[in-house]
Amino acid sequence: MSGPTDVAACVEEARRAIAAAGSTEELRRVTAEVSGKRSPLAEMSRELGALEPEARRQRGQHLQAARAVVEGLLEERAAALRFEERSRELAASRLDLTEFLPGSPAARAARGHLHLVSQTRDELEDVFVGMGFEVAEGPEIETDWYNFGALNIPPAHPARGMWDTFYLDLGEPETTLLRTHTSPVQIHLMERAVLDGALPIHAVMPGRCYRRDTPDARHLPVFHQVEGLVVDRGITFADLAGTIEVFTAAYFGPDIHARLRPAYFPFTEPSAEFEITCTLCRGTGCRTCSQTGWIELGGCGMVDPAVFAAVGVDAESWTGFAFGFGIDRCAQMRHQIADLRALVENDIRFLRQF
Amino acid sequence: MRVPLSWLRDFAPFEDDAAALAATLDDLGLVVEGIEQVGEGLADVVVARVTTVAAIEGADRIRRVVVDAGRGPVEVVCGAGNFGEGDLVPLAPVGAVLPGGFAIGRRKMKGVVSDGMLCSGRELRLSEDHDGILVLNDVAGARPGQGLVEVLGIEPDVVFDLAVEANRPDAWCMAGVARDLAARLGLPFAVPATDALVAAVAGAATTGGLAPPTGPEAGLLASVRVTDTELCPRFTARVLTGVTVTDSPAWLARRLTLAGMRPINNVVDASNYVMLELGQPTHPYDLDRLAGPGLLVRRAEPGEAVTTLDGVVRALGRPGPGLDDTGQDCLICDAEGTPVGIGGVMGGASSEIGPATTRVLLEAAYFVPMAIARTAKRLHLRTEASARFERGCDPEGIDRAAERFCELVALTGGEHLTLAPGVLDVAAAVPRPLSVTVRPARLNALLGTAFTSGEIAGLLGPLGMTATATGGPDDPVAVVVPTFRPDIRPDPMGQADLAEEVARTYGYARLPRRTPAWPQPGRLTPRQRARRRAKEVLCGLGATEAWTTAFLSEADQLAAGASPPFIEVTNPLVEAERFLRSSLVPGLLGALRYNAERRQGDLRLFEVGAVFARAEVPPAEGPPAETTERLGAAFAGPGDDAWSAVAAWRTVAEALGLDGWVLEQGPHHGRAGRVLHPYRSGTLLAPPVREGGARVTLGVVGELAPDLVEAAGLVASDGRPRRIGWLDLDLDALLDPATARRRPAEAAPVSRFPSSDIDLAFVVPEEVPAGAVEATLADAAGDLLESVRLFDVYRGAQLAEPGRSLAYRLRFVAHDRTLTDDEVGEARRACIAAVEARHRAVLR
Ligand SMILES: [Zn+2]
Repeated sequence: MSGPTDVAACVEEARRAIAAAGSTEELRRVTAEVSGKRSPLAEMSRELGALEPEARRQRGQHLQAARAVVEGLLEERAAALRFEERSRELAASRLDLTEFLPGSPAARAARGHLHLVSQTRDELEDVFVGMGFEVAEGPEIETDWYNFGALNIPPAHPARGMWDTFYLDLGEPETTLLRTHTSPVQIHLMERAVLDGALPIHAVMPGRCYRRDTPDARHLPVFHQVEGLVVDRGITFADLAGTIEVFTAAYFGPDIHARLRPAYFPFTEPSAEFEITCTLCRGTGCRTCSQTGWIELGGCGMVDPAVFAAVGVDAESWTGFAFGFGIDRCAQMRHQIADLRALVENDIRFLRQF
Repeated sequence: MRVPLSWLRDFAPFEDDAAALAATLDDLGLVVEGIEQVGEGLADVVVARVTTVAAIEGADRIRRVVVDAGRGPVEVVCGAGNFGEGDLVPLAPVGAVLPGGFAIGRRKMKGVVSDGMLCSGRELRLSEDHDGILVLNDVAGARPGQGLVEVLGIEPDVVFDLAVEANRPDAWCMAGVARDLAARLGLPFAVPATDALVAAVAGAATTGGLAPPTGPEAGLLASVRVTDTELCPRFTARVLTGVTVTDSPAWLARRLTLAGMRPINNVVDASNYVMLELGQPTHPYDLDRLAGPGLLVRRAEPGEAVTTLDGVVRALGRPGPGLDDTGQDCLICDAEGTPVGIGGVMGGASSEIGPATTRVLLEAAYFVPMAIARTAKRLHLRTEASARFERGCDPEGIDRAAERFCELVALTGGEHLTLAPGVLDVAAAVPRPLSVTVRPARLNALLGTAFTSGEIAGLLGPLGMTATATGGPDDPVAVVVPTFRPDIRPDPMGQADLAEEVARTYGYARLPRRTPAWPQPGRLTPRQRARRRAKEVLCGLGATEAWTTAFLSEADQLAAGASPPFIEVTNPLVEAERFLRSSLVPGLLGALRYNAERRQGDLRLFEVGAVFARAEVPPAEGPPAETTERLGAAFAGPGDDAWSAVAAWRTVAEALGLDGWVLEQGPHHGRAGRVLHPYRSGTLLAPPVREGGARVTLGVVGELAPDLVEAAGLVASDGRPRRIGWLDLDLDALLDPATARRRPAEAAPVSRFPSSDIDLAFVVPEEVPAGAVEATLADAAGDLLESVRLFDVYRGAQLAEPGRSLAYRLRFVAHDRTLTDDEVGEARRACIAAVEARHRAVLR
């Protein structure tokens, strides 16, 4: 009853049915129809036994080829349908990511911000740690001795006027105070090192300081400083100048340089003020740097022999340098903050910029 | 200090390049804070004669003035009334640009057109005078149409505004600045004799100078007695008779003006000139108004009152705060003991030089710097004289200054002026020149240089030091430091001081630079790393770091539950900032409120900072205060409450690797109850450091008390206080592994065998904390327990027993085998029995 033609017709019929299957579900049904046990091709296979051997062989080959074609078509169609269906699912799960609701539970994981001063302090610490410094800290309430006396500023020193001091009602009047600089940490470090026989010292000392300045765009009564102290054998002014230069380039950028000019601090001798290339105009001169191309950053110098004497460091065996500058001021310069008071206002619109 | 370049040229032949000089001054540590070009901007200003002055209808403060400046009438409107028709005045015509860049344009006032401006001395930057127009009638040879510059003989000049460091009194005068500058530039430095000076600045207009002393001895005309040479170790007086008090020579007045001082009369001006030139304050008295006549220098009696030149009555002789003040003030009195001034600080009105003065007694003295500093500080009286004396004037410069004064007064003091022979001089112990030995090796070890002894001597010499290098290049240099350099200390400090002088004269910029290296590594301490991590965790939880004030009012402190007495600032900036904070709560609440007032109150904020309290037991050493570093975090975002704080705490604890901590809850009453929600807060505790020791309090967690929140103005839209989650940690305890136990360092092996879970739900009375049940489960489950976790809490009517249902999932695992059902079942039974027995709980 049937030759190659009816096999071909079966394949054609299967091809049509497979192409018409619009879903994976439908394709499963079609699969049963065209290649299942009751499919025409299966029927034909079962009828092979009734044929002559030669005819059976030929027809068998035809049928096998036909079934391979149908299977191939089914696989192809199944893959196509899977892709279509996945695509539809994806499209259906579309989110408009700009529909972000700030109050939603997911939004609660929004990241907060470290205060700009913290970030600046961390970065400064990292620069100095990279240069071989340890990071030391000390108390904010100090005695007159640590804040002034040991730093070669005895009570009867007119230079005390350089620091407007907040005094506390602890002990005798004007004996306990809020530290006016981070320099007392130097004294603590040296005292401890002398006691423990643990010289040399290579440390930076960041922290909060207090001066009785009425707040304005460039001054806050509470502010942050970082102090540096190196006490070692063979340390010279050249090491101080080199350290300042390396730090300046590392923190502010390679085209920012440092220069030193003579200054007076009771706790260093020789002393210097250090200026850096104006970060605004990069040295060409602008209003911020009064057309000089330089801005003042901090003070530094070789540790004064009187300070060494106060803490018991042998000034013949050891030399040292110290430097200090404002952390808030670094932040102000780098981010061009017009008014320092923005740092303590805690307006979230300011804080979250950093 | 204002320093005219022309004045500096008296002492050394400096070049014209102001910018280069300014850079050199900077590099010497004489910081140039400003450079002013003077005498510029006057080129267009001409002399004009006033022809008509008329009122303007409807205006009583301005007048219509017609002037003639040689090219026909010019009409201007002028507000000054100190001149009249016929006077000569300076006119800045339309188009002129005055000093400071002020451009004159045609203006119309009250309907009158003004074609220029008549100028005051200050507008022309010629003097401080702004009371009226500069009237030029007395200027010799002034005629309408002439340029003002030509008529006044004004030379263009440059004025440097210098900031001189407190330790350099010698540089606080023209000669001192010139000395430093000349030393650096390698120019010869000399203080000119008065006749040479006058010849140079005023040309031919020199007088014969001061005649040799004649007439009665000074000692016959006046007396000087010093009863306290501790406060005033040297006091000299000279007497001038036949003095005519008049105006100073124009050049002298002009120099004072350029230097920022107002000319007064030839006697006072000469005193001021000498101070500006040489740094030595002197004081001229009208001898005829001094009883005695003469002066008595004595210590003020305790409580003694003196009226100073500024009309203020000042109480003396009692100690004030700081500077080791013993209340010793030096009084200058007339010979009968009546005070006429405070020594070295300020004179009195009674003996002031006036137009009628004919006999002048000039005081030139050395006061002990510290004594002046104490008196000036206590009296809040800082004068040109006190500022110089307290830094230290040159005791050896007194005579030269007094002589210069006499010579300057003689220029205009009249033909009868006579200097009485002799000097009234009381001298005790004044500082002497100091000898310091500089070892080149020591100096080079400080500077990183290789200076020889000869080079060192060569750099110090031009500064006025006598530096002698006698031996080889490494041999010591003997230096004699002059008395005008009180900043140089004796050895061993003196070598460092002189190293700075060597470096300054050589130039800091030329010194070598080297990047030091040492074998010790740089690093953060574990505590510093842990602090950074805790802060990062809070940022990760959406909290932003704030920086709030350390100064609070008493009300804020009490509201924050702190116990008085608080540490008080004895000199606060404002009353509301009198106390040191003992809590971070007020600051963070304030920051939340600040943002809420700007409609951005949905926030999580945290702060890390010190809080302060009086020490209950004063330490043996150091201030009797306890400072604690705390971390405070306020959770005020949408939906935030105590849970937010608890979640944050658990994240922080996890990040720091904390082990064995517990949260203990009990109603917070009393002070703590004012801050914390009584039923939604707990205390965080670490296990004891030592066996049998007390547990360590790490902080608190929960919610802020509604009353506190409401008082801070943080209310929801329904008017009820917002729920604000609060976490407050003691970082001193938390960040220290010695107080807050960490997970052990050794790694625990992970089992390769499958784990088994069991879920247990109990109905537990409300008063039993879920944490206690969890602890019991962990304890009872045995060694096979891997974890226990609360996964469901249910409250409702369906419970058979009173309380709530707590469902826990326990996971068991062994390291060497797969657990059998029997093993897990046994653990399950033990858990149930323990919880039911210990907590009056019932298995659901
Ligand atoms: Zn600039």
